[in-house]
Amino acid sequence: MEHAEKKPSYLQHHFADMEQQTDAAKLGMWVFLVTEVLLFGGLFGFYTFYRAWYPEMFMEAHKYLDVAMGTTNTFVLITSSLTMALAIRAMQLGKKKQTIAYLAGTLFFAGVFLVIKYFEYSHKIELGMLPGKLYFFDGIQAANPHIFFSVYFTMTGLHGIHVLIGMTIIGWVMVRTMRDDFSPEYYNPIELTGLYWHLVDLIWIFLFPLLYLIG
Amino acid sequence: MEQQNTATAHHVLPLSLYFTVAGVLFVLTGITVAISFVHFGEFNIIVAMLIATVKASLVALYFMHLKYDNKLFMAVFLSSLIFLGLFLTLTMTDTMHRGDIDPIKEHPIKKEAVFYNK
Amino acid sequence: MSVATTANYLNEEKGLKSWLFTLDHKRIGMMYLFAVMIAFFLGGVFAILIRLELLNPGQDFFTADTYNQLFTLHGAVMIFLFIIPAIPAALGNFVLPLMLGAKDVAFPRLNLASFYIYVVGALFALYSIVAGAVDTGWTFYTPYSTTTSTSVISMTLGAFILGFSSIFTGVNFIATIHKLRAPGMTWFKMPLMVWALYATSIIQVLATPVLGITLLLLIIERTIGIGIFDPAMGGDPVLFQHFFWFYSHPAVYIMILPGMGIISELVATFSKKKIFGYKLIAYSSLGIALISFLVWGHHMFTSGQSEFSSMVFSFLTFFVGIPSGIKMFNWLATMYKGRITFEAPMLYTIAFMFLFAIGGLTGIMLGAISIDIHMHDTYFVVAHFHYTMMGGTVIAFLGGMHYWWPKIWGRMYSEKWARVAWALIFVGFNVTFFTQFFLGSQGMPRRYYNYLDQYQPLHMYSTYGSWMLGVGFLIMAYYLIYSIYKGPKAPNNPWGGLTMEWQTTSPPIQHNFEEQPVLEHEPYDYDTRMVVNDQLIKKEDVKEKENINV
Repeated sequence: MEHAEKKPSYLQHHFADMEQQTDAAKLGMWVFLVTEVLLFGGLFGFYTFYRAWYPEMFMEAHKYLDVAMGTTNTFVLITSSLTMALAIRAMQLGKKKQTIAYLAGTLFFAGVFLVIKYFEYSHKIELGMLPGKLYFFDGIQAANPHIFFSVYFTMTGLHGIHVLIGMTIIGWVMVRTMRDDFSPEYYNPIELTGLYWHLVDLIWIFLFPLLYLIG
Repeated sequence: MEQQNTATAHHVLPLSLYFTVAGVLFVLTGITVAISFVHFGEFNIIVAMLIATVKASLVALYFMHLKYDNKLFMAVFLSSLIFLGLFLTLTMTDTMHRGDIDPIKEHPIKKEAVFYNK
Repeated sequence: MSVATTANYLNEEKGLKSWLFTLDHKRIGMMYLFAVMIAFFLGGVFAILIRLELLNPGQDFFTADTYNQLFTLHGAVMIFLFIIPAIPAALGNFVLPLMLGAKDVAFPRLNLASFYIYVVGALFALYSIVAGAVDTGWTFYTPYSTTTSTSVISMTLGAFILGFSSIFTGVNFIATIHKLRAPGMTWFKMPLMVWALYATSIIQVLATPVLGITLLLLIIERTIGIGIFDPAMGGDPVLFQHFFWFYSHPAVYIMILPGMGIISELVATFSKKKIFGYKLIAYSSLGIALISFLVWGHHMFTSGQSEFSSMVFSFLTFFVGIPSGIKMFNWLATMYKGRITFEAPMLYTIAFMFLFAIGGLTGIMLGAISIDIHMHDTYFVVAHFHYTMMGGTVIAFLGGMHYWWPKIWGRMYSEKWARVAWALIFVGFNVTFFTQFFLGSQGMPRRYYNYLDQYQPLHMYSTYGSWMLGVGFLIMAYYLIYSIYKGPKAPNNPWGGLTMEWQTTSPPIQHNFEEQPVLEHEPYDYDTRMVVNDQLIKKEDVKEKENINV
């Protein structure tokens, strides 16, 4: 056992050095993101198979989605990804206040995303464009329009839950930053949080055209 | 701007890179919305997915650092997309061909088979 | 030779809290072992009850509804609470870091979390059992599962939660194997058990989330009726089966791959011979993992899916037998001209090869659409999967448990009673399940509690076999538990194994190794290495010193 160098407090006992620890953590996070891709992938399957069976219904039903709100949300989420990446960069440079500011910015944009979603959802709920048995909107001619909204609500709903989870994790990492847990030598948890948050953005990048822009 | 970290040699990307990527993402978003108003029929979805893939690649390569990290991470991530693709493709062999055999079943059985001559 | 009362992971910290809050992979592995053994017992009780009802035609002890619940719970408990976690989370957790020469897995806290998630999932499943149970079959097929009044939601929620436990184990093992190998241990010097766990983890990570979303959709369908699987609402019940089997077919390889890993270890150690075709076995594990994702539709030949997809899946199914066949031949080649000894772990190894061969070959038979049309949902299928899951995985699990038992507890079990139990289990298993191949090919449907008189003799033999199995397992439970308290102290390396777990004490010290071990030999290198007095030495050293003919 080497006692020559003082081991940092954040180095866990079963790792030889920080590089091994951070590499392992990042690998673990990427593997976890794989599970998220497959989880959402099931819903992308739901979308694909039903769009293949009911192409005209999808075409007609999707027109009732608000493209302006969806587009705005896309810009909002991309911005939040930018601020998240900049937060990591700030801590790489040791700038604690900047890190906190960018993390707060990420939370802010995530919040805006959810607020816009809230308006979208409540509008649909009011009009009866609901999933499955709850559906009661009159205006769509094609058969089984509730299927589109089942797809819409499950996909955006699961995505929204992940936004909430992401916000919680970002909040926690922000608290840890304020507590001086991080430095240019150790900012791994912020990186891992960033990976998770970027995945949430990635999923929306595909959700948005598939649901809102069928054409 | 570029700083070498003693412990982990992590390299810091320039600010301009992040803003450029974000800018490109904004532009591509605008393009994908605008194109959706043009009717290419079957191609609309292909174009939309292509643009989305480019956007996703930018986020993955730069914001998520895949371009600069261990190649293993990229392999891991790509494998998830490949297996998702397998799920969708193989299930589509059912979705797209359900009921194909029904017209064949409706034909009367061919009585020329030797089987019937006994 | 042995370490009687010196500090080890079992006694170093005492008290319930030191177990409940442990981060030590060995203790977590033991907690998992305890949990899965309880699950196995519960699933076994359901099995005995099923076979009891089937002793005679007509209603004997249970109503039809209760019978439906019995086979559903037998399947759900055995699959989700026992067999999926058993080898990876119980044995694997214990053995993986030791085999790699590491101090722990990559993420010890995640490891503990995955155990508690397992417990929560198990509680949901157990709650379901007492709150009206489930009668859909463990496969939860729609539309029955979306309409039946039994406790589907709590059971599927339980399975959903258990899925996370499985995923976290997979994430942990992948990171551990990539990053925590000892110096000198390159990828192609790892034990084959590690390759098996790696391939298993890949499947866990890719497949389990799809089960997650499937069960979630099922729950949502039951609660608010989204219509995804309901034909009356434009949905497709067959789609449920695609979603379900995309996980559940790879899941059976989650079950068998670690078992095959164990067999590789046992064959080499008890033949005292270098494993034949190391790289092929390693690649075949990855091959099985990959191909397992391409064949799920062979569970659905009669479901109403398109005939085209049936043909595609049948074609792909034949490929999945190839890597398994490669392993089988490599193991046999390893045994050829080896110095074989027949301790209990080796008895289980030989049993595995015989039983899994039957299971695997009957699987290939079922992969042919023309056969499956007749055999689907008959006892032929039941026999097939019991030969692979029980004759395969459970037998391998038992072999591994006996192999590593001295390492885990520092005690030896009674070899005599182990052989008695083995014999009862082996004979009992074949009596129970071989008869079912005949039952199935003669037309006896599965999941039926009543049957025509002509099937009664075979059902009777099958039930007698189940009693033999039960006795065998009870004997095993007795001598194993006895050995923990009263068994003779075990040496560090009772079997002369060459993998790293045998270079440390039995039981291991808390941080596994006194010093970071370095790997200096090829895997299973019985050509140049041997174990004398618990020490791993080079054969050439022994020859020179003592002029012994080795």
